[in-house]
Amino acid sequence: MNRDNLLTRSAFWRATAWGMGKVGLTGRSLVIAIPMLWLLVFFLAPFFVLGRISLAEAIIARPPYTPLFERGPDGTLEILASLENYRFLFEDALYRNAYISSIRVALISTIFALLIGYPIAYYIARAPEPRRSILLLMVILPFWTSFLLRVYAWMGFLRSNGVINNTLISLGLIDSPIQMMQTDFAVYIGIVYTYLPFMILPLYANLTKLDGALLEAASDLGASPMVTFFTVTLPLSLPGIVAGSMLVFIPAIGEYVIPALLGGPDTLMIGRVLWDEFFSSRDWPVASAVAIVMLFLVVAPIMWLQSVQNRREEQ
Amino acid sequence: MAHTASACELKPWRTEQSRPFISVKGVTKQFGDFTAVSAVDLDIFKGELFCLLGESGCGKSTLLRMLAGFEHPTRGSILIDGEDMARVPPDRRPTNMMFQSYALFPHMSVEKNVAYGLLREGMRKADAYARANEMLRMVKLEKLARRKPDQLSGGQRQRVALARALVKKPKLLLLDEPLGALDKKLREETQFELIKIQETLGVTFIVVTHDQDEAMTLATRIGVMRDGVIVQIGEPREIYETPNSRFVADFIGTVNLFEGQVDAVAPDMMRIETADLGPVLLPPVAGLTRGQHVWGAVRPERFTITRARPEQARNAWQGVVEEMGYIGHMSQYRVRLPNGVLIRTSQSNRLRDEDPISWDEQVWVSVQPVAFRVLTQ
Amino acid sequence: MRGWFLPTAVVFGFVFLYAPIVSLVVFSFNESRLVTVWGGFSTRWYGELLRDRQILGSAWVSLQVAFASATLSVVIGTLGAFVLTRFSKFTGRLLLTGMITAPLVMPEVITGLSLLLLFVSMELTLGWPAGRGLTTIIIAHTTFCAAFVAVIAQTRLRSMDESLEEAARDLGASPVRVFFDITLPVIAPALVAGWLLAFTLSLDDLVIASFVSGPGASTLPMVIFSKIRLGVSPDVNALATLIIGFVFVAVLIAGWLMQRGLRKGL
Repeated sequence: MNRDNLLTRSAFWRATAWGMGKVGLTGRSLVIAIPMLWLLVFFLAPFFVLGRISLAEAIIARPPYTPLFERGPDGTLEILASLENYRFLFEDALYRNAYISSIRVALISTIFALLIGYPIAYYIARAPEPRRSILLLMVILPFWTSFLLRVYAWMGFLRSNGVINNTLISLGLIDSPIQMMQTDFAVYIGIVYTYLPFMILPLYANLTKLDGALLEAASDLGASPMVTFFTVTLPLSLPGIVAGSMLVFIPAIGEYVIPALLGGPDTLMIGRVLWDEFFSSRDWPVASAVAIVMLFLVVAPIMWLQSVQNRREEQ
Repeated sequence: MAHTASACELKPWRTEQSRPFISVKGVTKQFGDFTAVSAVDLDIFKGELFCLLGESGCGKSTLLRMLAGFEHPTRGSILIDGEDMARVPPDRRPTNMMFQSYALFPHMSVEKNVAYGLLREGMRKADAYARANEMLRMVKLEKLARRKPDQLSGGQRQRVALARALVKKPKLLLLDEPLGALDKKLREETQFELIKIQETLGVTFIVVTHDQDEAMTLATRIGVMRDGVIVQIGEPREIYETPNSRFVADFIGTVNLFEGQVDAVAPDMMRIETADLGPVLLPPVAGLTRGQHVWGAVRPERFTITRARPEQARNAWQGVVEEMGYIGHMSQYRVRLPNGVLIRTSQSNRLRDEDPISWDEQVWVSVQPVAFRVLTQ
Repeated sequence: MRGWFLPTAVVFGFVFLYAPIVSLVVFSFNESRLVTVWGGFSTRWYGELLRDRQILGSAWVSLQVAFASATLSVVIGTLGAFVLTRFSKFTGRLLLTGMITAPLVMPEVITGLSLLLLFVSMELTLGWPAGRGLTTIIIAHTTFCAAFVAVIAQTRLRSMDESLEEAARDLGASPVRVFFDITLPVIAPALVAGWLLAFTLSLDDLVIASFVSGPGASTLPMVIFSKIRLGVSPDVNALATLIIGFVFVAVLIAGWLMQRGLRKGL
């Protein structure tokens, strides 16, 4: 009876599979279709919409942009698309400066993160268990708490009547508070603080793989600890440095929250410009154009670099 | 002779009219530009324990995976018990496989692993577990039925994998390096256990291995593979004693090879003129003509090594012991002839010799004419 | 890197990581409204926090969004990773590879803006989604969290012994059966990690949610942001302390469970 049951059941499934196969549907293609369709609709399609709207003009209406085509009174199709927004972006120094300053801020922050993160990663990688696991956990732990609240913590630290200034004044080191909030300095601190774990983890992963015998061999051959570090450890940890720097640099470029909360009005970053263009000026087409330029100027080179790196790793 | 009749039954490949159980016909497998298996023809008979032997990358595992259904032949066909397997997926084939990594499901207990295949057949749970435990008893693991695979030793895991692959009573069991992960001593014990199980159940086995000793011990027949081609098929004894090429002679065991030309052929004797040993006398081989380019192959243990020149020896050479290795049950020697040629020989230590031959001694190395195997390729 | 330099640098690094958090916690128990001037111990801001309907409401929204998008992104990310690691050839393989990892490097402002514009145009042409709110935030979060899940799942699927799946096929299981019987249980720990990561990322996101949410669907980060934009506020300190406490306890429990599991497994 059990056997019959199984036979009818498998016959049913075989018939179903055969039927679906007839119309070109297999289980395999269905499995591929789910993630494929989701990403086509919700990841790729938005960029086409973005590109389309960047060619329109802002109007006060719903939706707040002009259509690309219009039927004239005589029924002919008129093309209203224009590159006006892009011309505007390249002519206005504000946008140019914002792109350049984003890259500068991200670069400087990445360097600071590397300088602070490297010794920590090195120390953890060389530490004995269980100290190693505990330290590693301590590096990751802040990452699981809210990003926004960690930035907020620095607001309390850096304000004119914040923890740092209060301490310095009560120690008599300074008379009046130092202006730290609303400066580029505060933005660097915010970015380094937020993304430090992303720098430490790949470095750590790389440095633990470093064979201790190599260091012993170097010192056996007469290299001082300093020389050993610069001739053996540092070159071998280069992949970790690159990976960690990418993980800090990439999100830092498009950062909005940190410059908005810690930076001053003159801290120009492209993510912030886009945000303001959208939420304050309500100019959707210009915001779209800013995004498209950002995509080509910043994201495309990074993605290209990554794919080159991936290919090299595969080889 | 009664003996011959039973040999025919046990060795169906020796008779022309036997029907093969598994037929591999002109099977080729290409991965892109790379040909892993090239036009292989192979017949395997019911109840055989067939070994596919070769170095890694020779295509033996690919051939096994095609039998299991994980790879599809680019050309050619595979028949199991007369049925073409071309469109049969792995889960509907009458074969089971024991994987090199054992592939025990880490999240299932031992008995669940073994019962898995039965449950997929639609067997009732209680019956499946009863059968699984029966199988575990056979491999002496019934006490560990509730353990997870990571709580077992390597040898125990190997037996679980075997039980799991056998529990569905497949027509054909495929074993990919079944003993590869075990240490030497365990491997030797397990070899005989495997043969016993195979004989008890009467299942046809195909074993892939790179270990020639393993193949020699296990197999009813061996197929030696190289670069996707089966270069020789035969019983272990045939492969060792009458290899058909220099490659097989060298791959199975150790061999001394002497290149030369057929010099004279007489009804009762043949002479080969070799560069290394000069003229060598041996019994005639059919099909060879004068002037043909050949190699004479001699196994080390076929040479006799003596201090005095052996009487009546037709092939004897004098040389100096350059190296010797005492292994216990035997000793290996390398004897250098005056012309620089090195002969590898071994002597079994049957007597507790008070005065064994040792380094730098002048010795005679001799060999019977029948010990030569003449190879043309 | 010997002697005094390394330990000093490490101590400095950890002070840098933890000092702001410690001060945040300490001042959450401050009586004074001036967040950074000590006015005596008090728990009054916790009381105020619990009476703040806006924060409680947005926290509920955030939890719903995080739960739904973590679950959805595990489904989509796992399927994507499975397809990419197990199917060697199919049309659009390269496209899928690119699309599944690109959200990792995509600035949030771009993801947020482009998705919003998509939702607006879809509403205009298809009539769906009607307005913006929970659904649109969940879709947006699912898309970018799926990328993280896919990376984790892909790593696990690559390191998994593929002969496990072949063994199950060999024993008579259909491909679907193999996926549910073998693949899924084996990679389950990675998927749990992926789910937790996606949940955290979704809870944490401000930028994307700000773009794609509509009136009446403010997430917790959106409410916090609008509060702290105007300056420090002691009830935010209280909220932060609660979140930090929760995370620390959760991580400690997870660590303890893992240690115990390890010992038992051996």
